Amino acid sequence: MVGTAGGLTVRAPVTDLPLVLDQVSLDAGGAKILDRASLTITAGAPTLIVGPNGAGKTSLLRLCMGLLSPSAGAVTWGGRDDRAPVRRAIVFQRPVMLRRRASANVAYALAHAGVPRHARAARVSELLDRVGLAELSERPARRLSGGEQQRLALARALARDPEILLLDEPTANLDTAATRSVEEIVLRAAQGGIKIVMASHDLGQVRRLAGDVVFMLRGSVREQGGAAEFLDHPSTLEARNFLRGDLVF
Amino acid sequence: MADDSSAWQLILAGDPVLLSIVRVSLAVSLSALALASLVGLPLGAMLALLRFPGRGILVVLLNALMGLPPVVVGLAVYLLLSRSGPLGAFGLLFTPTAMVIAQTIIIIPIIAAPTRQSVEDFWHEYRDELTAMGVGPIGRMMTLLWDARISLFTAVLAGFGRAAAEVGAVMIVGGNIEGFTRTMTTAVVLETSKGNLPLAMGLGIILVALVIAINAVVWTTRTWSERQAG
Repeated sequence: MVGTAGGLTVRAPVTDLPLVLDQVSLDAGGAKILDRASLTITAGAPTLIVGPNGAGKTSLLRLCMGLLSPSAGAVTWGGRDDRAPVRRAIVFQRPVMLRRRASANVAYALAHAGVPRHARAARVSELLDRVGLAELSERPARRLSGGEQQRLALARALARDPEILLLDEPTANLDTAATRSVEEIVLRAAQGGIKIVMASHDLGQVRRLAGDVVFMLRGSVREQGGAAEFLDHPSTLEARNFLRGDLVF
Repeated sequence: MADDSSAWQLILAGDPVLLSIVRVSLAVSLSALALASLVGLPLGAMLALLRFPGRGILVVLLNALMGLPPVVVGLAVYLLLSRSGPLGAFGLLFTPTAMVIAQTIIIIPIIAAPTRQSVEDFWHEYRDELTAMGVGPIGRMMTLLWDARISLFTAVLAGFGRAAAEVGAVMIVGGNIEGFTRTMTTAVVLETSKGNLPLAMGLGIILVALVIAINAVVWTTRTWSERQAG
C-alpha cells in the first residue's frame, strides 16, 4: 500500500520530539474541553497524565497525536506543526480491530508505516512475540479478549517504530492480570527508548510506571513534576484532594 | 423449443434452445453484475468518504435511483444505441452488449447506495485508527471496502437479483431474438403471450432455481468469511 518512498520518510532523521503544546484550547459545541493547556514532552521516563474523568486527558492525547487541531494555541512536533503522524503512535482506550487475523492487523500497520513487503513477516512475528500473542497470530482479531485486543493494539502501535507512544487509559477495562501484561509491555517499550505518554486515573499504576506526572483538572494542566514528588507532596489543593480519593471536579 | 413439450422434459433432455436461453441470461446478468460492481463499489466508497458541495443531493439521488424502472433505462439506452442515436454507429442495439449496458446502469445504484451506507458506518468506527496509522485516501477506501465485505455481499446479491429478474430493459434493447438475445424473462413473457403457460411456468421455475442456487453459493462464502474475519 505505502511503498518504499513512505518507508524512507518514516526512517528519515526527522523527530517528533520535543512535543510542545503551547497555550492550547479546544472548544466543542460551546463547551471548553481544554483551556490554555501548556505542556512540553521530551525524551525520558514515562509521563503519566492523571486527573478525574472529564479533565480533558483524552482530548489532550488526541491533540498530541494530531487527530484534533486546537481551537487556539499551537501544537508542534520537533518544531514542526505538520499533523501527519510521523514518529508517533497511539493506543486508544477501546482500540478498533480490523476485521482480519491478528497477524494481518500488525502487517497492515507495518505496511502503512512504510515497511517493505519482504520485511513484514519477520517483523509481524517479532511484534506479536513482544506482546505475547505469538500463539494467537492466526485468530481473527475481533475474537480476541479485551486484554488481548489491547496488546494487539500495542503491537500495531509499536509497528510504527514510534519515538512517542501515546496511550489512553489502556488498562481501564482490564482485570489485574491483563493490566499487568500491558504494563510490562509499556515498561519494556520505555526501556527501549520510546517516550511513553499515558493517561490513567489509577494511582497504583502511576506509582508503578511514571517518571513524571501531569495533573489535569477541568481542561487545564494544574500541576506537573516528578512522580514521587507529585504523589508524596502535591503542591495544589486539588491534587491533594484527588490523591486522597476525594471527589474533585 | 416445441410448444407441446413440458418444461421438465426440456430440462431433463437438455434442450439446446432452452440451454441457450439460460446461457444468454446468465452471461448478460453476470457481466452486468461484474461491471456494476467495478463501478458501484468504488463509487459508493468515494461518496462515503469524500466531502464536497452537493454531496447530500447526490446521496439522495443515488438512493432514489435504486428504484429506477428498467423500462425507462431500456428506453434511454435504446435511444442512445439506435441507428440515429449518438452511439448508433456502433451497431449495438439488439445485441447482448446492449443488454449488459442497460442492466449495468440499472444495478449500479443498487450496489453503490448500500455500499455508501456500509462504508460510511465503518469509517465512523475506523477513522481514528486509520488516521493514526497514516492511511491515505486510497488506502482508506480499499481498507473499508475490504473490511465491510460481508455487508457488501448483500448489496452485490441484490444487484444480481435485480439484473436476473428484470425484463423491461432487456426486452427493449435486446429485442428477444431467439438464440441471441432471448433471456429467461423475455422468454417467459413470449410464451405467456402465446398461451404456452406450462412452458412459461417451467422457465420461471428454472429462473428462480438459478437465483436460489447463486444465493446459496454467496451465502456459504459469506458465512465462511465471517468465520475468518470474526
